[in-house]
Amino acid sequence: MARVWRFDTDVNTDQILPGRYAPYMTSEAELRKYPFIEARPEFAKTVQPGDVIVAGPNFGCGSSREYAPQSLKMVGVGAIFSPLFARIFYRNALNLGLPLFELDLTTLADGADVDLDLDGGTLAHADGTITLPTPPEFLREVRAAGGIIPYFREHGRFPGEEVVA
Amino acid sequence: MNGRTLSEIILSRAAGRSVASGEVVTLEPDVVMVHDSIAPSVIKILREQLHVDRLPHPDRVAVAVDHVAPAANLATAEAQAKLRTWVAEQGIETFFDTGRGIAHQVLIEERLARPGRIVIGSDSHSTAYGAVAAFGTGMGATDIALALASGRTWMRVPETIRIDVVGQFRAGARPKDLALAVVRRLRADGGTYTALEYHGLADLSVGARTTLSTMALEAGAKAGLIDPAGLPSAYPVPEWLQTDPTAGEPSYRERFTIDLDAMRPQIAVPDTVDNVVDLSELGRVPVDVVYLGTCTNGRHEDMAAAAAMLEGRRIARGVRMMVVPASREALQAAIADGTLATLVAAGATIGPPGCGACIGRHLGVLAAGETCLFTGNRNFRGRMGSPDARIYLGSPEVAAATALTGYVCDPNEVAIDAVMAGEGV
Repeated sequence: MARVWRFDTDVNTDQILPGRYAPYMTSEAELRKYPFIEARPEFAKTVQPGDVIVAGPNFGCGSSREYAPQSLKMVGVGAIFSPLFARIFYRNALNLGLPLFELDLTTLADGADVDLDLDGGTLAHADGTITLPTPPEFLREVRAAGGIIPYFREHGRFPGEEVVA
Repeated sequence: MNGRTLSEIILSRAAGRSVASGEVVTLEPDVVMVHDSIAPSVIKILREQLHVDRLPHPDRVAVAVDHVAPAANLATAEAQAKLRTWVAEQGIETFFDTGRGIAHQVLIEERLARPGRIVIGSDSHSTAYGAVAAFGTGMGATDIALALASGRTWMRVPETIRIDVVGQFRAGARPKDLALAVVRRLRADGGTYTALEYHGLADLSVGARTTLSTMALEAGAKAGLIDPAGLPSAYPVPEWLQTDPTAGEPSYRERFTIDLDAMRPQIAVPDTVDNVVDLSELGRVPVDVVYLGTCTNGRHEDMAAAAAMLEGRRIARGVRMMVVPASREALQAAIADGTLATLVAAGATIGPPGCGACIGRHLGVLAAGETCLFTGNRNFRGRMGSPDARIYLGSPEVAAATALTGYVCDPNEVAIDAVMAGEGV
């Protein structure tokens, strides 16, 4: 069983990973210690692989720092649910192979038990099972490859790109 | 036939076919900008994941050391040393090292960003390039590394929110107040995945346009384009970018008008940029620090506006004022016309051109319990240092009035006080 980590609306990348804790200022090896270090210090200490983040709209707003979603992936976050993701965060997470779902699940309580089955496309919780939406083909292809870099290395092009230079 | 938005015109040309909002295109950016914070990750991805030793188009790459400039500690010094080696190896000539300024300002000054071009940057405020009608947008390290390796990138053609601006700036309201008023209206996510497109600003300087284009990101926008009408001749508008007056109205997701005549100074209250109020509604907020700088409001005109109010006066006791020019050119202009001398005489501390404390890493970070009036673009908790500091966003004129009085202050109030005290304005 994994748990829900509930967050508010407009969670910005300074909350996810403050600029002062960037790999540039410290080192990449330390990155896994810092997600939500100030906003929610217990998160990095107790999060378990497969746990999910459930937030209000505009998750990931602010800076372009890819080390924000990278740090969440490093600690094993299974998926993030928000009605709306900030654009750069969305791209970064897609590129890294961190699953995002544009879903409002904020009725789920913080700490609620859940079971995420990405292959089966479901999220089970105490009161039922949510069927996860099927992403558009473009995203599905990237996600299946494990991120944009494996995709690009395999195909030598971006998804949907017809002409290869 | 429907007209096309600026985004559709620019992205159609780059894609080599006529595209409309919602379509995904692959294109070759004219410039890929990489800055010091993200460069180590970009270089690592290029080497270890993409196995690219030589970039195919070093002439399309601009590299800037601006986020921590000069280096603040050993980690950043070492990272910057490696970056310099990489830049030399790759033969990148457009390298803007410590002291040249903030990438966004420098790329516009150098005209690497110019009308019709596509500039992608590793910093989120790469929407800046819309000031000169370039399609500018920010991306993360992986996207930037892939663009460097392949010469290409993908993006969805955004829908457009058109903002028509009418009237004149008056009563202490400035371009920053317009930028904040737009975020106030759209909220932090109201422009997500869209391009903002401003019209009616032909009289505005390139600098004032950059205030608007950088702040577009704070409404979630992918780009912040200003209609190129009225741009100086250094930024020629290609014929293909001129909108066809015989075409019909483009398809906008939303369109609204802002009347400058009715606008008053705006303030973003902690901890979100869209938490904006009229300054007149704000109670008395004492400050410890006034910080003037950034890609949003650190240009010569911003420093000069503050200096005009500080001329012959001293900042309030107990207030520290930091002034960090956006670029070396801005600093030189401020030296040449006496702006800098005025600011220093008033008690301001001058920092080296760059991002300053905007990312909370150096050059005047805030302690717990401190309050700052900042001319930058973000007031998130912990943004400029301690998570227990508070950041209010306002214009350079509000910054000067705040420095003089010691509380977040309407520039009109200071001007009236000055007249009453017989000092002149």
